[in-house]
Amino acid sequence: MSAFRLASGGLVDRSHTLRFTFDGASLTGHAGDTLASALLANDRLLLGRSFKYHRPRGIMTAGPSEPNGLVTVGSGARRDPNTKATVAELYDGLEARSQNRWPSLAYDIGAVNNLMSRFLSAGFYYKTFMWPAAFWEKVYEPLIRRAAGLGRTDLPRDPDAYEKSWAHCDLLVVGAGPAGLAAALVAARSGLRVILAEQDFVLGGALLSETAPVGGEPPYVFARRVVEELQNSPNVTLMPRTTVFGWYDDNVFGALERVQKDVAALDAAKPVERLWRIVAKHAILATGAEERPLVFGGNDRPGIMTASAVSTYANRFGVAAGKSVAIFTNGSSGYRTAQDLAARGVEIAVLIDSRAASGDVAPDGVRLVRGGSIVDTKGRQRVRAVVADRGGFEELIGCDAVAMSGGWSPVIHLACQRGGKPVWSEALQAFMAPEAGPALVTAGAAAGHYRLSECFDDGARKASAIVEAIGRQAVGIERPVIGEETDPSFTALWHVPGAKSKAFVDFQNDVHTGDLGLAVREGFGHVEHAKRYTTGGMATDQGKLGNINAIGILAGMRGVSPAEVGTTTFRPFYTPVSFGALAGTSVDGHAMPIRRSPLHGWAARNGAVFIDAGLWYRSSWFPKAGEKTWRESVDREVRTVRENAGLCDVSTLGKIEVFGPDAAEFLSRLYCNPVLKLPVGKARYGLMLREDGMVYDDGTVSRLGEDHFFVTTTTALAGGVLSHMEFAAQVLWPDLRVRFLSVSDQWAQMSIAGPKARAILQAVVEDDISNAAFPFLAARAVRLKGNLKARLFRISFSGELAYELAVPAGYGEAVADALMRAGAPHGICAYGVETLNVLRLEKGHVTHAELDGRVTPDDAGLGRMMGTSKPDFIGKRLSARFGLTAADRAQLVGLKVLEPEKDIRAGAHLLKDGAKPSTLNDQGWVSSACFSPTLGGHIALAFLKSGRERYGEKIVVWDQLRGVETFAEVCDPVFVDRENTKLMA
Amino acid sequence: MASLISCPHCGTRPKEEFFIRGDANPVRPAPMATDEAWNDYVHLRVNPRGRIREHWQHVAGCRRWLVVERDNFTHEVFAVTDAAKAGEGAR
Amino acid sequence: MRYSALSILKQAFAGNLGWKPAWREPEPKSHYDVIIVGGGGHGLATAYYLAKEFGIRNVAVIEKGYLGSGNVGRNTTIVRSNYMLPGNEPFYEFSLKLWEGLEQALNYNVMLSQRGIISLYHNDGQRDHYTRRGNAMMMEGVAAEQLDRETLKKMLPFLNFDHARFPIIGGLLQKRAGTARHDAVAWGFARGADRLGVDLIQNCEVTGIRRENGVVIGVETTKGFIGCNRLGLAAAGNSSRVGAMAGLKLPLESHVLQAFVTEGLKPCIDHVITYGAGHFYISQSDKGGLVFGAEIDGYSSYAQRGNLATAEHVMEEGVTMIPGLSRVRVLRSWGGVMDMSMDGSPIIDKTPIDNLYLNCGWCYGGFKATPASGFCFAHLIAKGESHHVARALRLDRFERGFPIDEAGAGTQPNLH
Repeated sequence: MSAFRLASGGLVDRSHTLRFTFDGASLTGHAGDTLASALLANDRLLLGRSFKYHRPRGIMTAGPSEPNGLVTVGSGARRDPNTKATVAELYDGLEARSQNRWPSLAYDIGAVNNLMSRFLSAGFYYKTFMWPAAFWEKVYEPLIRRAAGLGRTDLPRDPDAYEKSWAHCDLLVVGAGPAGLAAALVAARSGLRVILAEQDFVLGGALLSETAPVGGEPPYVFARRVVEELQNSPNVTLMPRTTVFGWYDDNVFGALERVQKDVAALDAAKPVERLWRIVAKHAILATGAEERPLVFGGNDRPGIMTASAVSTYANRFGVAAGKSVAIFTNGSSGYRTAQDLAARGVEIAVLIDSRAASGDVAPDGVRLVRGGSIVDTKGRQRVRAVVADRGGFEELIGCDAVAMSGGWSPVIHLACQRGGKPVWSEALQAFMAPEAGPALVTAGAAAGHYRLSECFDDGARKASAIVEAIGRQAVGIERPVIGEETDPSFTALWHVPGAKSKAFVDFQNDVHTGDLGLAVREGFGHVEHAKRYTTGGMATDQGKLGNINAIGILAGMRGVSPAEVGTTTFRPFYTPVSFGALAGTSVDGHAMPIRRSPLHGWAARNGAVFIDAGLWYRSSWFPKAGEKTWRESVDREVRTVRENAGLCDVSTLGKIEVFGPDAAEFLSRLYCNPVLKLPVGKARYGLMLREDGMVYDDGTVSRLGEDHFFVTTTTALAGGVLSHMEFAAQVLWPDLRVRFLSVSDQWAQMSIAGPKARAILQAVVEDDISNAAFPFLAARAVRLKGNLKARLFRISFSGELAYELAVPAGYGEAVADALMRAGAPHGICAYGVETLNVLRLEKGHVTHAELDGRVTPDDAGLGRMMGTSKPDFIGKRLSARFGLTAADRAQLVGLKVLEPEKDIRAGAHLLKDGAKPSTLNDQGWVSSACFSPTLGGHIALAFLKSGRERYGEKIVVWDQLRGVETFAEVCDPVFVDRENTKLMA
Repeated sequence: MASLISCPHCGTRPKEEFFIRGDANPVRPAPMATDEAWNDYVHLRVNPRGRIREHWQHVAGCRRWLVVERDNFTHEVFAVTDAAKAGEGAR
Repeated sequence: MRYSALSILKQAFAGNLGWKPAWREPEPKSHYDVIIVGGGGHGLATAYYLAKEFGIRNVAVIEKGYLGSGNVGRNTTIVRSNYMLPGNEPFYEFSLKLWEGLEQALNYNVMLSQRGIISLYHNDGQRDHYTRRGNAMMMEGVAAEQLDRETLKKMLPFLNFDHARFPIIGGLLQKRAGTARHDAVAWGFARGADRLGVDLIQNCEVTGIRRENGVVIGVETTKGFIGCNRLGLAAAGNSSRVGAMAGLKLPLESHVLQAFVTEGLKPCIDHVITYGAGHFYISQSDKGGLVFGAEIDGYSSYAQRGNLATAEHVMEEGVTMIPGLSRVRVLRSWGGVMDMSMDGSPIIDKTPIDNLYLNCGWCYGGFKATPASGFCFAHLIAKGESHHVARALRLDRFERGFPIDEAGAGTQPNLH
């Protein structure tokens, strides 16, 4: 037993005991503990195994930079791998498990890697495993994969909820330590809208673990007082448990709030985590400073921690890291830890200062070694002793914990996420935040002001400047009197020479000084190369602890200053963020909106099967009792339409009203076919091109008045076409007097098709719709019986006598019901898009299956529509390019299967009879295919090289993906009623 | 820029309310302009690093096409104007 | 020095002190037969193949940063040849074949891992599209398999089969596709080129292209003028800027694409999987991180960083495709600058300027093309004519009307 709970002290609630388990063992802690402090209090030093060598590892820090103390928290579907024990708030019933060990934490087979380590130098895998070629994937890689990774997940469905929110403020303060509290207080008293975000579950930062009195009180008491005032300020929002993880353009910050990540009983009404986008006019980063580990032989054994962590565990959590603690420091901070421990009666085995001389004074009775170092440590699964070196004289000193202090680095991560490079300060021997403009400043330790008094002053000063920049009067605060302050000075020591064993730089990824040396030797001395070659800084802590030492070591090896080595790139996220929080509620069925047609209810009542069509649910087919397959239903629907009549919901088509004196001219420039002379009361098929000459979309253009058109688009491009038209009207031709708006949702639209369509429709329509009064392509407003205004278009996609009837959306279902009633005696049926597809295919009409963005009007057999005499339309000029008019382009043809037992499916390719399959021999592809009940066989539309010259040719339909090959005859794409007698009837 | 856009009609809105088309500098040539002019308009872009003008449409707002003048390296926005107005300036 | 298990053994017993630099750090000579601008994957591969296959060894690669500092070191490492159009498929298959022999050729383990790529589809239209694509692959002799929903349920039980907004109805599998260790590809080609005598010149920025009588004769750089007989540009996202030095205006826009990696996890996703109802794709690296991404941010950008809204959308797609990702934590995001072309396909061609050659337009798919891009660009520079698999990748295909538009999206780069 070495680490233990001190008899008194700390901010934990000793009256409130919490039970938790670690690897199945039942343990207890107190409210206010982190998992790490509770484990330490139970003398659990060994928490996991490292990534590469599987070395035993324990807790190294008391915060979010922790590289080693990673555990899996929770069980079942609520298991969170790679959770930092140093951040996780202890709760009753917490279950934690160690990671990356097998069969157990204490006896881990993977540790054999440690013995093999000389063969596993940085980048060793690039140099071997190449022979024999097949062995990499079959043998070596699976072994490497199994060894790699830390936590485990089986990817179960997450039972918890997440949400996202926006927040706006004048000032965002990141970090609620002394500088952050001072800044927030000034801003709050000055009337700014303030958000104070703190990753910890208690506000106070360093004040929670400092001992120097502030205003005559313990610092945490002072912090509580300030927090209380902020809490009572209506213009301040306090956000504990909230990590600001990213700084984005326009001073927008991403933040993660752990709403109930660390609670025993979840409130189902609340999310576990909430993602914030905080829009801040100004921001102050009061993110403090990070203490550096020292790089000495054996510096990774459980029980070795940063000195500030040892102090924090003692002062804030009332936990001693050991019974006998060795301290190794290169500056004054180590002495502060010595005082903290001494004050609590913890024995100090030795205080080793790498500096030969300093003004720092060790506590009474503590053995001080100046100009010394640690070159090795002893112990198996926890540190038992250190090997101290003083002028070449080595001494084994027993201890059960080591506190190391390698100096300080401001936490500047966020300030560097938008391209600014950190700036090296020779005076502070640290990288400082780059100048980031007025919207983001650092304050306190994050700005290199390490003393408590400086933190207060700097925070208040920076906030005052912002208050004034916003144009308000800054209300100052009086800085409390602060007792004996911690001196921050240190003498950089990037690594300890003469290490007797591996001296780790990146703990989690097991990168040691030898790896960096190898990287430099092999030409990977650039800081980015060294990172990528050794993997230093690529672990879950992203090098928060190790990178600075790596830079110092690289600088030393290359004989340059750390400024010249520079840093790797700081990128979001400051600490890892769950997928769930970033995704919020837009997952599963809510991933995208759902759109339902105004006729959805009608279709459902008629037994429709719905399919996804973009965001829409469209009625696909309408099975009748006894029909076992969709084909049975579709075949029946097709026959019914061809023989009697059918009603189909086409409401999902895009619908746009176009008005204005120049409406005709505008549309004439948008469509490739002539529109100008379209008579009032007439509809026309319309084809839109992109400027590159390819077909963009098709639909109908109806002229309802001299200055009034109504156009439809395909379902898929309803939004796209509207934007395209808006671009044309607002940007290309703003001088045209035209206005338009989308009315897609305003109209329910239904197609009534079949020889008996007129008779059925006439029962509902007041106006005369006889062939003479309402001929093919007529389009105009009509009045329905009951005096409902509607629009009727005599257009046909099916090739039958057909109408499209549009009624105000709210009347859609009633009108559809009325038509079905009127049609019942005529044998009407409801039909869906599957049948629509068969009908149009039989008629040789194209859809987006044909018009796939790579097709010209001529390819689709619509070349004659092009209004080549028009002076201008979108796509006209580039349509004339050589490649778009080449004779061997693939052209739309029909295909009839010659082997009746075989079918054709879309996506098959075409080959000449007898030709060997090859890309060169590829003759084209099948775009749509179906069984035609009308023709009694399988038919298809296809694109075939020079296809229109090849009617009658026997061709191979090649569908190797399905293992099907069949012969088909090339034919005209119009399979039924080529003379259009049916639709003119 | 990449977080917020100040629409001249609707105010400051998140980026995801907008649809981005691309370079706003190319001007559609006259119908009878040369093949080179047309190829240039449809296919070629200066694509500089630095100050650019780009067409954005506020699809989830006023649906106006805007010209966003900005730096594509720092992502600083200099101006957002209605495209019809920006066009007048160009003519 | 040659790498092998034996060399590792020998060096291990010598304390790993005997390893030699992977490449020299030469000062530039005054003149080279060929200069390649851009020390990324494509530039380094070009130099390697110039020396290896075409006997041109008096070559320099000029890189403004460190070798591999561009997109080769910031992508999602996917290697595949599942293209649809005849202008692309043979090229990418040629590339995959080169990948399959790369480790032996380079004496460098680039960790090609042919774990298979599964492209999910969610409706009949997409199934038809993938059928067309799969058959196009098989026409070129590339194996492809169609997986139905039941098969997928067995292979990838963690997919969202029951609650997805868009149901998964099947997938197209290319077994030979997979991933490779991206940095190693740059380093392997760099080392290979260096060993054949190529000068790799880092921290040297090209500031101008010098022409005499209209003919390119060399480049101005931050290390002075360097002459050459032929100049090849392989500058990816910066192609337009370098091209402008020679007065070229290119069919490119530079856009930022974000990619992401999670904390390391024990193996849980074995394939590369792409989502058909969005742009999401994911695979797991040998280190255990899930590597993923989706669409580009959508605006012109030369900044190697993206925005949060796009990142959130990527995660939405991810959790919708694999609900179990929800509790997995995302470690890091980064951005690369993509040379998005007007049809979404690349360009390997001569330019209208004598002695100036162009390799660009890789959009977000350049990594998989690295070996073939280098090989074909080297072929073009050495022989003055296109390699047969790269014949369609012409610069003039836009004005002549032969776009290679896999997405069918037309001339708007951010839609590809």
